[in-house]
Amino acid sequence: MTRMIGVDVGGTFTDVFFLDDETGMARVAKVPTTRPDQSGGFLDGIGREVSDLSTVSAVIHGTTAGTNALLERKGARIGVITTEGLRDVLEMRRRDRPRTWGLRGDFEPVVPRDLRLEVPERTLADGTIRRAVDLDAVRAAARTLLEAGCEAVAILFANSYANPENEALAVAALREIWPNPHVSTSSEVLPEIRELERFSTTALNAYLQPEVSGYLNRLEGALTEGGFASDFMIVQSNGGVMDVATACARPIRTALSGPAAGVIAAAHIAGEAGFDDVITGDMGGTSFDVSLIAGGRSMLSPETSIDFGMVVRTPMIEITTIGAGGGSIAWVDRGGLLNIGPESAGSDPGPVAYGLGNDRPTVTDANVVLGRIDPERPIGGKLDRLDVDAAARAIDTHVGAPLGLDTLAAAEAILRVANARMAGAIRLVSIERGLDPARFAFMPFGGGGALHTGALMAEVGLARAIVPRYPGVTSAMGAVIADMRQDFVQTVNATVEGLDIDALVAFMQAHVDTGMAALEATPTRFERRETGFELDMAYAGQTHTVAVPLPVVVTDGQVQPPTQDAIAAAFDATYHATYGRLLARGTRRVINLRSTVIGKRPKFDLTTLAPHGGSTQPTRRRQVHFGDAWHDTAIYDRLTLPVGAQIDGPAILEQLDTTVLIEPGLRGEVDRFGNTIITRGDAHGPG
Amino acid sequence: MNGGIDPITLAVLAGRMEQIADEMDATLFRSAFNPIIAEAHDASHGLYHAETGDTLVQGKSGLPIFVGVMSFAVKAVIEKVAQSGDLQDGDIFIFNDAHIGGTHLNDMRLVRPYFHDGALFCWLASVGHWHDLGGGAPGNYNPAAKDAFQEAFVLPPVRLARAGQINQDIIDILMRNTRLPQSAEGDLNGQLGALDLGVRRMDELLGAYSAPTVSAALDALSQRAETLMRQELSDLPDGRWEAEDWLDNDGITDDPLPIRVAIEIAGDRMVLDFEGTAPRCQGPVNIALPTAVATAYVAIKHIFPALPANAGVMRPIDVRIPEGSLLAADFPAPVGGYTETILRMIDVIFSAMAKAAPDRVVANAYGTINALSIAGRRANGQPWVMFSFYGGGHGGSVETDGLNHGNAPISTATIPPLEILEAAYPVMFRQWALRPDSAGAGQHRGGHGAIYEIEVLEENGAEAFLFGERGKAPPQGVAGGGPAALNCFARETDEGWVNPPMVSKMRGIELRQGQRVRLETPGGGGYGPPEDRDPAAVARDVARGLLSTSEADRLYGTAWQGARP
Repeated sequence: MTRMIGVDVGGTFTDVFFLDDETGMARVAKVPTTRPDQSGGFLDGIGREVSDLSTVSAVIHGTTAGTNALLERKGARIGVITTEGLRDVLEMRRRDRPRTWGLRGDFEPVVPRDLRLEVPERTLADGTIRRAVDLDAVRAAARTLLEAGCEAVAILFANSYANPENEALAVAALREIWPNPHVSTSSEVLPEIRELERFSTTALNAYLQPEVSGYLNRLEGALTEGGFASDFMIVQSNGGVMDVATACARPIRTALSGPAAGVIAAAHIAGEAGFDDVITGDMGGTSFDVSLIAGGRSMLSPETSIDFGMVVRTPMIEITTIGAGGGSIAWVDRGGLLNIGPESAGSDPGPVAYGLGNDRPTVTDANVVLGRIDPERPIGGKLDRLDVDAAARAIDTHVGAPLGLDTLAAAEAILRVANARMAGAIRLVSIERGLDPARFAFMPFGGGGALHTGALMAEVGLARAIVPRYPGVTSAMGAVIADMRQDFVQTVNATVEGLDIDALVAFMQAHVDTGMAALEATPTRFERRETGFELDMAYAGQTHTVAVPLPVVVTDGQVQPPTQDAIAAAFDATYHATYGRLLARGTRRVINLRSTVIGKRPKFDLTTLAPHGGSTQPTRRRQVHFGDAWHDTAIYDRLTLPVGAQIDGPAILEQLDTTVLIEPGLRGEVDRFGNTIITRGDAHGPG
Repeated sequence: MNGGIDPITLAVLAGRMEQIADEMDATLFRSAFNPIIAEAHDASHGLYHAETGDTLVQGKSGLPIFVGVMSFAVKAVIEKVAQSGDLQDGDIFIFNDAHIGGTHLNDMRLVRPYFHDGALFCWLASVGHWHDLGGGAPGNYNPAAKDAFQEAFVLPPVRLARAGQINQDIIDILMRNTRLPQSAEGDLNGQLGALDLGVRRMDELLGAYSAPTVSAALDALSQRAETLMRQELSDLPDGRWEAEDWLDNDGITDDPLPIRVAIEIAGDRMVLDFEGTAPRCQGPVNIALPTAVATAYVAIKHIFPALPANAGVMRPIDVRIPEGSLLAADFPAPVGGYTETILRMIDVIFSAMAKAAPDRVVANAYGTINALSIAGRRANGQPWVMFSFYGGGHGGSVETDGLNHGNAPISTATIPPLEILEAAYPVMFRQWALRPDSAGAGQHRGGHGAIYEIEVLEENGAEAFLFGERGKAPPQGVAGGGPAALNCFARETDEGWVNPPMVSKMRGIELRQGQRVRLETPGGGGYGPPEDRDPAAVARDVARGLLSTSEADRLYGTAWQGARP
């Protein structure tokens, strides 16, 4: 029982990361993703390295099953039972619109209006039950929904965050007649004030339950059949893992599971390599995903919209996406301006050079024409070679001719504009938090980002970049690294003076007990357990809250009560740090309690990934275009470069799924973990 | 075409400068104390031309109406400086005078010259909606105001800073003239911070690219916007199209007020002529000239959403506002209800344009912000005021049905959650729902309006006021689509439910504990003839309870009955 396996199922490839936790040796595998049942590729990938599943101590899975079901609207047929007078909350949203300009577009919620049924019941904001729930009406509604073919149901009552009694009675009555476990209740999923956010998160949870739990149960069954008898865990959007039973009950927590694991791995790799402040950039076929790690910590965002009106409020690693990927199409508008995207050729038909039917030039086509991607060795292995001439013709027709540029100048122009857009995204994620991007290192992962590293460093003014040794399997590696993490929330909604400390501590204790019990229930060994508490606070009248860390001690599993004064002082400290001032006459309010229980899993030693020996000889040379000239450029086999190797640009480092470009004037150095640290020729990386 | 600058640098600089304005927006949203800025984003930032004050670049996150109106604030400062002739680096001007700068008196404008190498390069400006600036009603939405003085404290353009030195006297005057000085000071600091950031970012930009290059890029971008607009206009047929709509009344006299427009397109030019619009009125539905011109810009941006946000767009367009009309009301005419009037201007522009090019426009949206205030005192004597705007349906388009329960076309603000309102105020929403039979019929019907029914829980009762519109003339359909339902407000009295005499405007509504008000908002107009609607879509709306069977039969005939699921 010594091997841990991380599996990330992406749109094109299923990545598997194997770690022998006794020797620390790691291996990777990449196999095509199978559709519609992803478990085929999943088991195939594991089978590349492991024949006897009984030797595996844990399988940890970052999944896009939930994400895809939401994006493609392929969840289950579900029903809603809600408070009289309020059945349209999901459809009315927060009175927003899809786009600022144009006023076009409509919205269909995942539950149509005729499957949203009202029952007599009402709780007031202070928790008073104004009207007890009519359980006969609940049962009648449930029968109506079953007859209409609903596979799952959500109970959504107003103000249930303040008092869950009506919802609890309703769900108990419902479970007696509902034929499956797919029942979601808003006060269980998210006991937090704001009805749209709570209702939407709960309804989307129900929407995913049949699909995601079916998928995970199939996978678990197949693993068990293969002799696997240990922990099967799922990566959550918050970057932590949870057990399969929790994932089946709360599939909404997997909404951004895949990319979250990548950021967790990035934070770990960068931290070990001596970089605590990192901006990651994952360049795919249609998008560029940016995430920020400051002081070694990734940023959590409390909510997101999967699509217009589809609000998910559950903590998730914050990832900013712009529509600039390798497949993004370059075009010149009627005003004579060169644009990149948002339209994309994706990976199918893909860039013009793929020869699969697209004839409009993409960012990848520009890289091909400039010699940065080797047309004889396309990444991914789907194609034998790339069609450089077709790419050049497309660039001539759609960019060169309208702008009066030759092919090479037009291709450079496409990259310059694409890089400027990506640089803009990097600036935005840092500046929005008041952080200077210049102090960050850039870490590309995914297949395409390492081609643009030098340009982004120059455009944003970053001193260095770190390319991980296996940038293409970062999410699978992250699954193996991630801690077991549970987040809890409870709306309190009181002034600090009016706060019922006993009630607050009771909530905290319940969160700790639930979280610790879940840690106990898994066979995984933890290095240590951590608890954390935050209060969302604001001055009365403000709507934006600040997250106030609460210095609370848990002794022998018992939460030690904080005082009102300590809470007020913690708020003042956080508020002052955020806004630079306090309001002398302001009334401090506590809106929500947020608790976190983390089981820290042992981290593996990244030096085990480092190369042993190796050679600094280029494998061959080829002409690559930089700026306005062709350069004779050395090509290296990246994985065989030894620790300490220094490669001056222009150079290209190739590996199975990634091309690392070192532009003229930059230097790449292999660190002791096998990462490539890219700096300007006149600068030096740490250590 | 691009004035000597290479097209690649131009594309890169376009993104960089847009980001500077976006960053200024983000800085203020993050630091503002007042939720109208922090949450509803009722603010805007941009870069403006050194000599003309024309908009060069505007942030994407601010309120749509400001995109057009900000350059008037900059022009006002340019005029002031031209008279005094002593502009210095580090000067900052401040004012809220709506008759000079547009919109209403809550919008505080800060304008700062940006110098490079000792010469004026451009202007930076910041506008944000302050919570309160004195006047006859807290929050300054005084439905009975008969002049600007009853609406709020009026500040003309004055220097807040001279050569980098803040003049504390100005701040002291402002803070003495607001009911909420903490909030106002927080917003002022946020706006100053946004301008500081803009200066730093411009320094970086001009350091990386030379000033002549950036100037050339700005000229080229403006030129490009003009080219794009001219091409759009050339694609439209030549001709003259008219439309007319109505405001219910001015809140003081119950007479309808016509808003008229004639659109004339000839080649690559367009005239929007508002001749025939009602004269200046007594109540607060007047607007100032800058507001009217900016509103034309908002409507144009909605019709051509891909056009960039700079002044070049408006060069081929001549906006004619008749003197003496309520669209060009002189100081000190009250303008607090400007939202209603500019929504109607947008409606008539859409309706007229639909006659020229129906595919380019959507039908009318619900057309009123319905400012509803419910206030009182709690048992412990503490006052409370629940003030909010309410949503309605958007118009149908050539592509889809209209959006249910959207925000106003002039805004991007969201509505507070009912649980937040119920937690903060002694009220309960008996209903918060879509309003059946409120959508305009059409091949693509309008979106549905909403029903909000609010019960007062406070034993001391409450007093309410409403400022709304669309109680007499419904939102119009286009291209053969039908009108939406009228706005409808009712209040519960001891004698039962009562509608107010001015339809959607009323002050002094007394409510006892347990009594309710009920607001039913309009949907959006329909697009295309109702007989072209897919019968299955009609049947679906019936099955969902959004369309009664009798209305389905009346509007669409009986074909839907055969298409029932």
